[in-house]
Amino acid sequence: MIIVSRFRISSTIVICLLGLLFSFPSLLDQKAFDKLPKILQHTVNLGLELRGGSHIQLEVDIKLVEKEHQESILDETRKQLRKQNIRYSRVFVQTTPDGSAIVLSLKDEKDIQSATKILSKTDELEISVNGLNVTAAISKDFLDKFARRIVDESIEVIRHRIDETGMKEPIILRQGTDRITVQLPGIEDPAEVKRLIGKTAILTFHGVDEELESIHAKAGERVHLPTKPGVMYLPEEKGEEGIIYVPIKKQISLTGKSLIDAQMNIDQQSGMPCVSIKFDSIEGTRKMAELSAKYLHKQFAMVLDGKVLSAPVFQAVLNNGSAQITGHFTMQEANELAILLRAGSLPAQLNVVEERSVGPSLGADSISDGKNATIFAFLLVSFFMILSYGIFGFFSVISLSCNIMLLFAGLTLLGATLTLPGIAGIALTIGMAVDSNVLIYERIREEVRAGVKAMTAIAKGYKMAMMTILDSNLTTLIGSIVLYEFGSGPIKGFAVTLALGTVISLFTTFSLTKSIIAVWMKKNRNKEIVV
Amino acid sequence: MFRLHLIPYGSKFDITGKSRTILSLAVFMVIVCFAFIMFKGLNYGIDFKGGYIFEVRMPSTPDITDLRSRLNDCGLGEVAIQEFGTKEDLMIKLEKSEEGSEQASAIKQIRDTLGDGVIYKRIETVGPKVGEELVSNAIKAVSFALIAMLLYIAIRFEWQFGICAIAALFHDCALIFGMFSIFPLEFSETSITAILLTASYSINDTVVIFDRIRENLHRHSKMALNELINLSLNETLSRTALTAVTTLLAVLALYLFGGKVIASFALPIMVGIIVGTFSSIFVASPLLMFLNIKRKEVEPEDDHRGTPANIG
Repeated sequence: MIIVSRFRISSTIVICLLGLLFSFPSLLDQKAFDKLPKILQHTVNLGLELRGGSHIQLEVDIKLVEKEHQESILDETRKQLRKQNIRYSRVFVQTTPDGSAIVLSLKDEKDIQSATKILSKTDELEISVNGLNVTAAISKDFLDKFARRIVDESIEVIRHRIDETGMKEPIILRQGTDRITVQLPGIEDPAEVKRLIGKTAILTFHGVDEELESIHAKAGERVHLPTKPGVMYLPEEKGEEGIIYVPIKKQISLTGKSLIDAQMNIDQQSGMPCVSIKFDSIEGTRKMAELSAKYLHKQFAMVLDGKVLSAPVFQAVLNNGSAQITGHFTMQEANELAILLRAGSLPAQLNVVEERSVGPSLGADSISDGKNATIFAFLLVSFFMILSYGIFGFFSVISLSCNIMLLFAGLTLLGATLTLPGIAGIALTIGMAVDSNVLIYERIREEVRAGVKAMTAIAKGYKMAMMTILDSNLTTLIGSIVLYEFGSGPIKGFAVTLALGTVISLFTTFSLTKSIIAVWMKKNRNKEIVV
Repeated sequence: MFRLHLIPYGSKFDITGKSRTILSLAVFMVIVCFAFIMFKGLNYGIDFKGGYIFEVRMPSTPDITDLRSRLNDCGLGEVAIQEFGTKEDLMIKLEKSEEGSEQASAIKQIRDTLGDGVIYKRIETVGPKVGEELVSNAIKAVSFALIAMLLYIAIRFEWQFGICAIAALFHDCALIFGMFSIFPLEFSETSITAILLTASYSINDTVVIFDRIRENLHRHSKMALNELINLSLNETLSRTALTAVTTLLAVLALYLFGGKVIASFALPIMVGIIVGTFSSIFVASPLLMFLNIKRKEVEPEDDHRGTPANIG
């Protein structure tokens, strides 16, 4: 005889009802769903491949970051060497297949110590000495930390930029040390978003060199660009007219950091789309005024990510902190530029490494396929269980349906994302969930064969199988927790479903099925029982 | 009342008697699979190699040969086109030929070549580095999970059990990877999940049998080890078969009704369940005979049935 306390039975019923409450909203259509009380308005999070949308993965260009960092260290080192009168033949960045490092070749052995001291001022460098060469490599640790910081800052900027476009429910997440995942439900063609997040959007203001002339290149034409220290030629795209290379002073006079607003506008004179910008009232406005006074009636240039947006002439001193960028824009381009400027610049270049988009029809097909597969899996397993164990098989079918319900409720409450392999995992859980019941029933059969009376056999079967079930489920649970801890992406998702499935199947076996059997046995106390 | 019995009651299959032959066969299979993995390698999908996948519905039945040659003319890389369900539905896969070709322009080129009126159900672009990282991460996570499970089994049972369970898991993974290599099935992100599912099924199966062996070690302290393992295997055989069948039925439903994507995922799991069941019976348990298990001398007090009734 197995006895299950009233409390156990009632708490089991309560848990199953809660499972029902939190799983059925996922099956409702939108209208019925909206009528539900707030607390029940949770549905299973569908992965992008099921609901349709785009997924973009970006990677911080860590090589570029490293290079820029090395260059700034090089500059600083040169300065210090000169200051301390240390003679050296050269200091440069050496690139080997394993990575790159700063190499300082000294002329005198006695300088090694002081040179090492200069380089070890920044603690991110790993320094080694070989003869007269001092090698300093940026440590991997530091680069990782650096990348992490860049990723954190970038996520903020990307969120701003995407929010500006009005797209719904974007999901922006860090992935590993140097990646960012952007998910856009419902967006089928991510081209616009990619343009928006692919740009660093660093806006700078420079003076234009007066001695060198701008050089006009027709489309496809190659031109020779003269060189001059402190000056660089940057391209200004003029559409069909080709490209104008503008000689620009390297020194940055003003950056877009102190911008407070940017809006798309129509230029009053030309009727072309343009972007009006506004600087903050303290620093930006003052610098703008200084710049326009310095370059009054002279040409200056507004540069975005190494390209000249426009290179006009200051007609007056600008005291109010506003200006207008009149480039060669279409409406869309001007709008995108305004968004970029409003959202601020990214701390580093991000490259798109992965991109997936799924149309809504495929997602709907996958969901209905997944539903069908789950239903058929359920029916097949139910049929087989009833065939093998009769009424007891039927009991496990009841607990199996609660199992599925609770699994859905659990996924909903955990906010886990249901993916295509996730649906497959659920269907598979159906197959494996009955395992505990099979173990118990087989144990009961063994007891009956050994001559034990049915009632006692059932109680004994439960007791004996308990240990086995705990051991096998705990092994799985430990495995899935470790997988969750160390895995990424699809592995994590799998681990959640597996762990949840294991815990729920333990519950249904030892609470639900056991309660049902206990109640049933009470009613059929005197009849013959065949398991 | 009718009851289905997959394994007749009181089966006495001599499993451990042939264990040397079967174990050598298992080792041989593992070696063969390893050789294939080493020399032939895996047929990595776009997930790992990097490239493009397009799932499209064409406005009318397309001439695939013509389409293939036109896409090849784009010079983007190797193009593979296959029908996907109906004649109008195509799956186009493009391996990325080299780094640096602009993604946006490649997608545009393909869109232009396919022409108007095409419905794009799915577009994927993957960089090869993402896949690489996924594999190394998967290996790391799985290794840690294996160690954790090994520890648990070693604590709950004896260390020998842990070693045997992991050996069986190793066997399963080798065989599944081998299958991916031998038949060249495409190895994609979901394949990793399929292998994880197999592993978790197999370890579960193994632990159940081990549990019975442990119990019998207490109960029949005088029985020879090979006899005892054989007895335990026979006692649990009915359960092993039943659970394998229910799980296989569920996966079969996935294979038949889950659509093309899930079907490609279900196939390795089906094989995995068969392999995992095989390894629990024929690898993990017989292997215990060759490791020196400590036997307790004390008779258990809870022996209510006695040996004869048990063997039937």
